[in-house]
Amino acid sequence: MERKIRVLVAKPGLDGHDRGAKVIARALRDAGMEVVYTGLQQTPQMIVDAALQEDVDVIGLSILSGAHMTLLPKVMQLLNAAGAADVLVVAGGIISDADAEILRREHGIAAVYGPGASTNAIVEFIRANVKPERFSGAEV
Amino acid sequence: MPTLSPSAFQARKCERGVGLVDQMQAGDRRALSRLVSIVENGGEDSRRALAKLYQYTGRAQIIGVTGPPGAGKSTLVNELALEFRRRDTTVGILAVDPTSPYSGGAILGDRIRMQPLGHDPSIFVRSMASRGQLGGIARATGDVVKVLDAAGFNKIIVETIGAGQAEVEIAREAHTTVVVEVPGLGDDVQAIKAGILEIADVFVVNKADREDAQKTQRHLQAMMQLGGAPREDWPVPIVMTVATKAQGIEAVVDAIESHLSHLQTTGHFVERERQRVEREFRSILQGLALDLVQERVGPEQRAAVVARIQARQVDPYTAAERMLADALGVAELK
Ligand code: B12
Ligand SMILES: Nc1nc2c(ncn2[C@@H]2O[C@H](COP(=O)(O)OP(=O)(O)OP(=O)(O)O)[C@@H](O)[C@H]2O)c(=O)[nH]1
Ligand SMILES: [Mg+2]
Repeated sequence: MERKIRVLVAKPGLDGHDRGAKVIARALRDAGMEVVYTGLQQTPQMIVDAALQEDVDVIGLSILSGAHMTLLPKVMQLLNAAGAADVLVVAGGIISDADAEILRREHGIAAVYGPGASTNAIVEFIRANVKPERFSGAEV
Repeated sequence: MPTLSPSAFQARKCERGVGLVDQMQAGDRRALSRLVSIVENGGEDSRRALAKLYQYTGRAQIIGVTGPPGAGKSTLVNELALEFRRRDTTVGILAVDPTSPYSGGAILGDRIRMQPLGHDPSIFVRSMASRGQLGGIARATGDVVKVLDAAGFNKIIVETIGAGQAEVEIAREAHTTVVVEVPGLGDDVQAIKAGILEIADVFVVNKADREDAQKTQRHLQAMMQLGGAPREDWPVPIVMTVATKAQGIEAVVDAIESHLSHLQTTGHFVERERQRVEREFRSILQGLALDLVQERVGPEQRAAVVARIQARQVDPYTAAERMLADALGVAELK
């Protein structure tokens, strides 16, 4: 049986722009994924708690407030501390190329998308990059 | 929540004998979360996990919460969980949302209303897609409930998808079914589906801050009077709530607790469990019989039989009997 890709789409911080997050959530659903949407105003701790309880393969963070350089590294730090480095993390919103580069290189965000990004490209990226070890059986 | 480095997690996966079930029993929430995924996905791993954890199940009270879309089920479940915690009771929540029939994907949004549950390790919230199953819950919901039960939660709340139909499936899985209604869904008794009388153990009229809440309550009362003597000698209480303002929540939790005591003191608890276990065992047997036939009778042969049935050369009853007899290697079933 084919396993569904599970994704958490969250909006960290006090950012009220939720159109992008909703567009992404719908695009991923239409691509056959199961998307847990947690809504606005998530702290990094809430995001990581939800990701662990939901056992998601992917976390998608949408942020247009400008606070990405504090919030996104914090999410990565908590995620690693929880032993969940096998979760793929992608982000989108208003993030400069320079910041995106740092988030990828230094903080392990796999990809960063900006305004106008193609949802097809995002779907393809996720399908190609979900960590395969998440699909291998653990001893029950 | 215990924290593990990635390498420690990998290493523990390999340790002989220390499987996910043991880790879960030791309080590891990530192991619990993994097991839920495994059981949700079904197959051989799921069967092995369930076989191992079944011995730890049967301790939780399973509470179903059902009602039309947007009735406030998630908001209410959030408040119920907070009230249970104030009473020092641990809570596992399973929130089911519909799978899109077009893509097979789903947006699981119930968690939005459950954010206040926060970082409390005695609460565990999991979203689940219905994956094509009708009846308000997923096929694997009952099995996922077992995982949460084995993990030791005192109460397990299952929020069904808001289909607005009588969700008989949840009533079969739950000890206590809470049916949420809201004012203004239509004024006559007909608007409230007759089937819910058969499944409700507690009625909640949510959004009691709206006009016509009293009217809805009166309609429910009238319906119950028409319905005759109470099922299982339990007079179904009607509780008014405003979930967004946490009003009426204590009364709902009191009603849920009273219902549990009622089931236990009257012997209905044992009887419901017996029926549930029997139904489950039967459906597993059916599944196994089908697996066996598919394993032992090749696909061409099965297709050929289907063609003969379609051509009216044999009836489906006789054909099924013969095929099962063949698979079992006996001359005749009866
Ligand atoms: C619409 C809008 C609003 C609406 C928001 C409505 C809503 N519910 O979303 C309203 C009017 C409320 C609003 C308010 C404000 N806004 Co405004 N807003 C915009 C605007 C014009 C468009 C945003 C949008 O919805 N785009 C459409 C969606 C689909 O695109 P998107 O979010 O970018 O998503 C795409 C990609 O980024 C990516 N993506 C996004 N998220 C994710 C997540 C993942 C996982 C992935 C893979 C990809 C991905 O994929 C999407 C599809 O291509 C932008 C300007 C702009 N051109 O971006 C400003 C903008 C974002 N707003 C801005 C500001 C400053 C504000 C206000 C502070 C203004 C004020 N002073 O009051 C307030 C703050 C509100 C709040 N509470 O946070 C600034 C932000 C500046 C910054 N970050 O440095 C912008 C950039 C305008 C500007 N040039 O100054 N805003
Ligand atoms: N006025 C009022 N609004 C409420 C009340 N309870 C919930 N709501 C609102 O009703 C809307 C739906 O609430 P949810 O809790 O998401 O409802 P639900 O039944 O879980 O919805 P689905 O899962 O989508 O079927 C939200 O906007 C809530 O804020 C209430 O008591 N009064
Ligand atoms: Mg809901």
